[in-house]
Amino acid sequence: MTAQNAILIALALPLVGALGIALAGRISANLRETVTLVTAGGLAYTVWQVVPYVMDGGRPGVTLAEVLPGISIAFTVEPLGMLFAALASGLWIINSIYSIGYMRGNNEKNQTRFYVMFAVSLAATMGIAFAGNLFTLFLCYEILTLATYPLVSHKGDAATVRSARVYLGILLATSIGLFLPAIIWTYSVAGTGDFVLGGILAGKLEGPAVGLLLALFVFGIGKAAVMPVHRWLPAAMVAPTPVSALLHAVAVVKAGVFTVTKVIVYIFGVDNLFGAVGSGWLLYAAAFTIIAASVVALRQQNLKRLLAYSTVAQLSYVVMAAAILKPLAEIGAAIHIVAHAFGKITLFFAAGAIYVAAKKTELWQLKGIGYRMPITMTAFTIGAISMIGVPPTAGFVSKWYILAGAFQADNYVAIMTIILSTALNAAYFLPIIYMAWFMRETEPPAKPHGEAPWPAVLALALTALLTLAFFFFNGPVLELERQVVAGMS
Amino acid sequence: MNALTPHLPALQVIVPMLMAPFVVLLRARSLPWAAATATSLLAFAIAIQLTMIVIGGTPMTYQMGSWAAPYGIELHVDALTALLLLLVTGASSVALIGGRESLAAIISEDREPLFFAAWLLALAGMAGIVVSGDAFNIFVFMEISSLASYVLVAGGPDRRALPATFKYLIMGTIGATFYLIGVGLIYMMTGTLNLADMELRVHEVADQKPILAAAGFITVGLALKAAIFPLHVWLPNAYTYAPHIVTAFLAACATKVSLYVLLRFDFFVFQQNLIGHEFQFAAYLMPLAILGILVGSAVAMFERNIKRMLAFSSVAQIGYMMLGASLVTATGLTAATLHMFNHALAKGGLFLAIAAVAMVVAGSRLSDIAGQARRMPWTFAALVVAGLSLIGIPGTAGFISKWYLINAALELETGGVALVALILVSSLMAVVYIWRIVEAAYFGEPTSDEPARVPMALVVILWAVAIANIGFGIAPELPLALSATAADILLGHVQ
Repeated sequence: MTAQNAILIALALPLVGALGIALAGRISANLRETVTLVTAGGLAYTVWQVVPYVMDGGRPGVTLAEVLPGISIAFTVEPLGMLFAALASGLWIINSIYSIGYMRGNNEKNQTRFYVMFAVSLAATMGIAFAGNLFTLFLCYEILTLATYPLVSHKGDAATVRSARVYLGILLATSIGLFLPAIIWTYSVAGTGDFVLGGILAGKLEGPAVGLLLALFVFGIGKAAVMPVHRWLPAAMVAPTPVSALLHAVAVVKAGVFTVTKVIVYIFGVDNLFGAVGSGWLLYAAAFTIIAASVVALRQQNLKRLLAYSTVAQLSYVVMAAAILKPLAEIGAAIHIVAHAFGKITLFFAAGAIYVAAKKTELWQLKGIGYRMPITMTAFTIGAISMIGVPPTAGFVSKWYILAGAFQADNYVAIMTIILSTALNAAYFLPIIYMAWFMRETEPPAKPHGEAPWPAVLALALTALLTLAFFFFNGPVLELERQVVAGMS
Repeated sequence: MNALTPHLPALQVIVPMLMAPFVVLLRARSLPWAAATATSLLAFAIAIQLTMIVIGGTPMTYQMGSWAAPYGIELHVDALTALLLLLVTGASSVALIGGRESLAAIISEDREPLFFAAWLLALAGMAGIVVSGDAFNIFVFMEISSLASYVLVAGGPDRRALPATFKYLIMGTIGATFYLIGVGLIYMMTGTLNLADMELRVHEVADQKPILAAAGFITVGLALKAAIFPLHVWLPNAYTYAPHIVTAFLAACATKVSLYVLLRFDFFVFQQNLIGHEFQFAAYLMPLAILGILVGSAVAMFERNIKRMLAFSSVAQIGYMMLGASLVTATGLTAATLHMFNHALAKGGLFLAIAAVAMVVAGSRLSDIAGQARRMPWTFAALVVAGLSLIGIPGTAGFISKWYLINAALELETGGVALVALILVSSLMAVVYIWRIVEAAYFGEPTSDEPARVPMALVVILWAVAIANIGFGIAPELPLALSATAADILLGHVQ
């Protein structure tokens, strides 16, 4: 298939799949899950069809409609978006396998709605990844917010709805209140919102206005969870774990940092921003978020909340890496999107598996659980090591590049932040690993349990393997992302 | 071009007006409804035909009985007129097609012929206001449409519809009287009632004071009828207690027709003739528009009755239209007229959805619709789409007009950023009140779980409106062309 067709199919397939899931849900649960898996597989296959074109330096694109003069719904695939789309679509397959085990193991209600909205969310994610201009990106960004709302509020009780309201409120308020004005400002200054390598604002915007516009973008893109707009992420933890795993460790949050990176690289232009006055604050804001979120994570007793705050910190790694404004750091930002995705989805899968099998959610309950659930806790350990950044895991690779970029820029704030946060990561993950493997159960569980249902275990074993594999086989990803920094000083 | 084409402006008014007495004579069940719907669709077809003629930018005029203006009565159709005609006839048709069961449940069989006759008179009256090029004729049609809509509102099932109608009647009459006083003053000074003629003669008048007084009377009178803050007090109750289908019809077009006359008068007759009127127009109406946006949205956020919530939201939305117009720029006027169209789509859709919901549950309070989305998934899904359009989420029609409004604000040299902030804050307030409906419908505890029966025609027409909300958000060429031309026409008179 041609690249253009592949793009269109990648956008439409999840929506068609959503319809199919809704219809199949009336017939049987097995058929419904089959449709989900087929759609996920088809989507990943389609997305991978585009990879060779982008690898060869092509930038395939399609324009769907011109809404207003100069403002169109258009999609263009470039290396960052390619990576993001391939990542999200690939992990959707594994996540769907996991969802089957988790949702059935927990006897969740409204499973059809769950799978339908998941497919719609993936369609929006593909739209964000492939968006060719700011308007299209914003459109898909808002669809993603709205489509994930039913997933976050899945349980439907009063407390869940309250949390979901925080989720929706913060994401919509920041996007309409800050992101949209930033986009309108960009269009009115530059006359366009297309993503162009080297930026479109060079020479059009000067002085402190650059810093202000950057602030509107960074805090308007609430999905990137830079403090103080991070509160929606812990609130989103009321969702079923597969949602936390794929959406709030990969698709939604990565859509945020992906957008920030894309705005820095293709709207401001890295080299332009490096020289601009008033853009330096972003690095400090990201550094502060990394440290503060890690400290908050240290104090959490609930496993999912701990993972949420760890995600907030890790997201700001990407933002900080992008804000270092050096080629190696930009590569590091892109790789960290992948590396963190593998590690964090593994951790969430493990947390969900523990909940399904043992109904345990708090840290102190995890003593000795490694003996009852060895595969799950092995995977958890691999994920945690990747978060800390110890070889041979994915997390080491991205930290290496971010550090290299920081040295390129002689940026000691970034270097110190990375060192300190590594220590903090170790401080909150190692005790869990120690408790799970080296301590005895204080009291035997009411009902003896082993591992979670096999689809869940299979999924988390796969992502743990991916976390390890990325350490050894990351060449193609690096090659792809080098294109982004070509010609940069 | 066929033999009828030159007469279309007249037929637009005459067809529904002549059908009204005929409908009174129809006694069989459903026949009055069928006749009214057919007439309304015919009027819609005429409006589409007229739109296709004037969309190029050349207006169309018609001399009643071939008596030449300024002595004869002149009908005038341009892009702005066409936009309003589409709204009026389209809203009437959509409401009637979907509304048969909903109205049959409220209006007793023996009153049905009278009710639908009143509906057609309201339609004829509003179409007449829009096409008329004669100030006194506008008053006559205004009275026809107002008296007919009092009857429509009073048809509501709740006895509180009667005091609501009374308030509407008193306020409406004051508004019309003010308008008439203004027209009388101008007639006294210029000796003409034809708007085009008036435009030329007003500046020949030596003493401008009576004209100034006339401008004041006309502006206030029409502002009352258009429910511009703080003259909106009749609107919430009238919308709340009217039959749901009537609310959907009136909310989509009634106030916009008065706003249209206000724009016509101010831009055609007053602005270029009265010294400093441009400034006065902007300086007096902009603060009212801003207050209307803020107060309307704020009250809607705390309102528990959904119909009243949406009525207050209308007060805010009228504020957006006024805000765009008060900027007196091409982009601002485009935004204002475009928002007339887009708001009609969004608000009409919302009230139609409420009408569908009201077929199943007793009241229209938030507590009444708790958990009902499970029983009526299609209806509430359409409600969410229309709600998103009202908020102005990209991909919906509402976004396009907000985009133009924000651009118009940014073009200002001073204060533009503050207006942008205002528009965004009020959009967020819209998120709050729309989301209160969504949360109640999707997460409340339902009183019963049995599947509900909503008339198929209503659901289909509701979805047609919902899809139009998305369609005109992705391909807004038609309303955009009309409103851009309309803005040019309005500004063309201000030299």
